[in-house]
Amino acid sequence: MTPAEIRDEILDILEDISPDEDLDGLKDDVPFRDQLELDSMDFLDIVMELRKRYRVQIPEEDYGALASMGSTVEYLEPKMRDIVKS
Amino acid sequence: MTESNASDHYDTIIIGAGMSGLAAGIRLAHFDQRVCILERHYTIGGLNSFYRMGGRDYDVGLHAMTNFAKRGDKKGPLAKLIRQLRFRWDDFKLAEQIGSSIRFPGVSLDFTNDIELLETEIEQRFPGQIDGFRSLCDSLLDYSDMDGGDQRFMRSAREVMAEHISEPLLIEMLLCPLMWYGNARENDMDFGQFCIMFRACYLEGFGRPFKGVRMILKNLVRKFRGLGGELKLRSGVAKIHVDNGRAVGVVLDDGTELTGTRILSSAGNVETMRMCDDITEVDVARAGKLSFIESISVLDRMPQSFGFDRTIVFYNDSESFHWSRPEHSLCDARTGVICSPNNYIYDGDEGELPDGVVRITTLANHDRWCALPDDKYQAEKVRQYEAAVASSVRFMPDFRRYVVDTDVFTPKTIRRFTWHDNGAVYGAPQKQLDGTTHLPNVFLCGTDQGFVGIVGAIVSGISMANRHCLQVQ
Repeated sequence: MTPAEIRDEILDILEDISPDEDLDGLKDDVPFRDQLELDSMDFLDIVMELRKRYRVQIPEEDYGALASMGSTVEYLEPKMRDIVKS
Repeated sequence: MTESNASDHYDTIIIGAGMSGLAAGIRLAHFDQRVCILERHYTIGGLNSFYRMGGRDYDVGLHAMTNFAKRGDKKGPLAKLIRQLRFRWDDFKLAEQIGSSIRFPGVSLDFTNDIELLETEIEQRFPGQIDGFRSLCDSLLDYSDMDGGDQRFMRSAREVMAEHISEPLLIEMLLCPLMWYGNARENDMDFGQFCIMFRACYLEGFGRPFKGVRMILKNLVRKFRGLGGELKLRSGVAKIHVDNGRAVGVVLDDGTELTGTRILSSAGNVETMRMCDDITEVDVARAGKLSFIESISVLDRMPQSFGFDRTIVFYNDSESFHWSRPEHSLCDARTGVICSPNNYIYDGDEGELPDGVVRITTLANHDRWCALPDDKYQAEKVRQYEAAVASSVRFMPDFRRYVVDTDVFTPKTIRRFTWHDNGAVYGAPQKQLDGTTHLPNVFLCGTDQGFVGIVGAIVSGISMANRHCLQVQ
């Protein structure tokens, strides 16, 4: 997957978690927490959705890397580089 | 994530198809677990169920959903559960209450889903107490403090209130709705539980889906089944089989055996312990005692046509509010809850409910109801209905000449739907907030874990599934 495809996938997960949310204006460099009011349960859901969909394992000590869209894509890129987008 | 490939083995077995069990089931099935929900009754919902009689639909339990939130609200338990279960707001489509009242002799406080009205009412009826009320609001625990770790959780709510409010009658009046809608302890309330209910009732408020509780249950079941979850009705769990200090599976009432990696039970704390075959004696004294009867009147007109527009009225006929099981009688109608499902602000395109309905809930003694022989039971239903209605019309317009149909459900009915000891509506007074039991792979959810009410029960199922059944993998 390219970084752009990973970004789309994260958007899809966010859309799934919060279908009534307008994600069009989401800024990559601003923490999710400040834009979407996600709480710890929601972050855990992003982690679990990635595991469910792509078998990507994210250890707990790395959760901080998922703060914003930019940092998430950067963190996932090496882990998802070899996954073919379905 | 399936941990065994055996065809009759489940990752998680859930006991009880009430709100908490269904919500937990959705979480686990969504994350690819093999899940089975076992329900003893022939229908789903537990305390919050429904039935049809004489061509009419009736709800058990639900007067109002607490924790109201408007579409787009991101904070609070309702928003959280909608996200966690991957619902949309329209799946619940809650109509807001018109307004509710707390009525004691000679004084009434109105409230809506906007706390400002209650503040104004307190300012007018209890001059001098408003600052105390506001400081009480400021001292409330947050939902994030509700895991029981906070020292203040177990304090007496009456004591904490008295530190802020000096007028005893105002304390009684504020407690009345909160105890009625979610207090398993007699006479007093844990401060933590008080905070949960205060937020749920006064700060967030009441709502109801036009079609009642069946709409919520239908959505939960459809989602659970759509994710591959299995739901077995008429499948009571007779025994949790324990081997070497771990639960290995369950035996159903008909002898069928199912194995599971873990068990999540909404059957209640004492009730679940009793199922475990490594336990010989269960301390039944820890079971809850508070149960209700509900007297339902179907009317030939809408309540607003005779001047009754209240969504809920919590009444008490003296200056002290008695919250305990009636020991020497079947019922205690000195205090009660009057609810009319007609008095919500439904969308124009939904129209009106087919009938005007008034429901009155009063306190009842489970053991006394269950000891009645059948003919006496039927006769007492009529007598206690009349007593409850006679008590309530002191606090609302007399509607008795408009009644076209009635029904009564008793603690015996509640026991049948929930299988909880004593027909205890809000479970045991002592909650097991972390959901753990004496076994490492048996967990509790639902009323005995902590949160009560529809939203509370769903949040309980979600959080226990997340904590004990998903994160451990």
